[in-house]
Amino acid sequence: MQPAPISMHIPDGFLSVQVSIFLWLIAILVIGYALKRVSADLGERQVPVMGVLAAAIFAGQMLNFAIAGGTSGHLVGAAIATILLGPWAAMLVLTCVISIQALLFQDGGLLVLGANIFNMAIVGVAVAYMVFRTVRRLTSGRSWSLFMGGFLAAWMSVEVSSLGTALELSVSGTSPANLAIPAMGGIHALIGIGEGLITLGALAFLSASRIDLLKANQAAQARGNLVWVAGLILALTLAIASPLASKHPDGLMSVAKQYGFLSNEQNPLYLLIPHYLFPGMENKTVATILAAILGTLIVFGVTFAVAYTRRHRPGAHEH
Amino acid sequence: MHVHFLDPYRPRSSLIHKFDPSLKLVLTVGFILTCTLIPTGAWPIYILFFALVLSADVLSELGVGYVFKRSVLALPFVLAALPLILTVHGKTIFSLPIGPWVLSPSYPGLERFISIAIKSWLSMQTAILLAASTPFPDLLVAMRSAGVPRLLVSIFGLMWRYLFVLVDETMRLVRARAARSGKSDRPEAKTGRHLAWRARVTGGMAGNLLLRAFERSDRIYMAMVSRGYDGESRSLPLPAVRPAEWAALFASLSVLGILIFVAYSLWG
Repeated sequence: MQPAPISMHIPDGFLSVQVSIFLWLIAILVIGYALKRVSADLGERQVPVMGVLAAAIFAGQMLNFAIAGGTSGHLVGAAIATILLGPWAAMLVLTCVISIQALLFQDGGLLVLGANIFNMAIVGVAVAYMVFRTVRRLTSGRSWSLFMGGFLAAWMSVEVSSLGTALELSVSGTSPANLAIPAMGGIHALIGIGEGLITLGALAFLSASRIDLLKANQAAQARGNLVWVAGLILALTLAIASPLASKHPDGLMSVAKQYGFLSNEQNPLYLLIPHYLFPGMENKTVATILAAILGTLIVFGVTFAVAYTRRHRPGAHEH
Repeated sequence: MHVHFLDPYRPRSSLIHKFDPSLKLVLTVGFILTCTLIPTGAWPIYILFFALVLSADVLSELGVGYVFKRSVLALPFVLAALPLILTVHGKTIFSLPIGPWVLSPSYPGLERFISIAIKSWLSMQTAILLAASTPFPDLLVAMRSAGVPRLLVSIFGLMWRYLFVLVDETMRLVRARAARSGKSDRPEAKTGRHLAWRARVTGGMAGNLLLRAFERSDRIYMAMVSRGYDGESRSLPLPAVRPAEWAALFASLSVLGILIFVAYSLWG
């Protein structure tokens, strides 16, 4: 068992409900559109390709190499999936990888799954695609164009995704912006180099053994103007917004409050129930203590009751 | 083997295992939503939720220890919320000057941090229960009946089917690298050459894995077509949801709703 790598998979409880639901809506819209594009562009033949490639990217996260001081680089896969499958199919593949990680292995939460899909599958792929296509255009014809494009796409996708993650944590009031954004950005600038080097190695291997795989999907690569624009906007927005937010964390907080993202002070439910206490309890402290005692009794009551009913079923544990 | 690559499903014959997968999915997400909505510092509600999770652990016959052990794995992320102790303003616990900075943890910050950690831990446990008590093919049928698009469910299904095959492939690659890599007892003897070389070797392995995946998917497609594949993956429908299960779902969701109300009226 290897130690858990520093990951971008946000667990439940770390994002406010407003941020989670907002990002779920965006994720559903984008993935729905990607599904439409992929069904129109590709035949049923692509279904096993996408499924098995998703499995390979998941399994490929076991491939790591030592960097220094116990840290290791490992594969995230947004860039290599984009280069091999084109942007829309890559979004679907990464959505599947991230959803399975959350649903079955608790790597990332369920309520915040939309946010994780947004950060890694949507931002990651859009940025990787934007960088890769731009580099390929600018350096077309050079022998190193593919490798440089791959490395930069991998690095940028990891870095911009991590900025997005840090920004969401700050807007939710979970991490202070002036610490979270430089910390996440700094760590992932290094992790991104590892990702870039692995992507580079994988591209070198594939171009030496099956160059046709890298050329076969040029049609899919060309049909992504929308993703290119989205990638550019996301990269620019996050690259400009996050240093600003980390310099002026109070500004970010006030924006978050204004748009109702920060739940702890301005909550819609709170307005429904203004300062209100249960009848017979004038004092909040008394209410709290009573509730605590009641709660503790309930814990023991419920758990013991359940355990007791179980005990009356001998043989239940035998199979 | 990395714990992440073992099928989390544990077959038992408990009530939780028999519960309809679609309703179980709804209930799990409902519980996590409630957990996230509960305000900071509502300790009695957390205790109550802990009791509910513990009861579900016992009911599922998986054992409390199994669920706890798995739930610890994802806790390192809690570090992301640690700075809150220092940055939230309020009554300070103590002040510790370190060089130019003064460390002054505050009570509201500590409260926020512990609340986030507890909520995250409780949510994690329910997600573990869902994964350990529901076979993945049933979850796929549940997703399909909940309106998740066909193409996405097909990719999920194929990914799951071949995940363990490709994990085996990856482990063979890793074993081959380990078998060809020397390690010296002398500390001054450097092993593994330079960083770029190590990264290139790993990259080659990743490329190799992707290539094997591509070639395997070709063979899989041929096999599927020869068995009559037309784009739709078919499976037996799940048994109909029993009225008792609907009742259990609505009862649980209304209890969660009442708890949110109570939490906001006392701690909001």
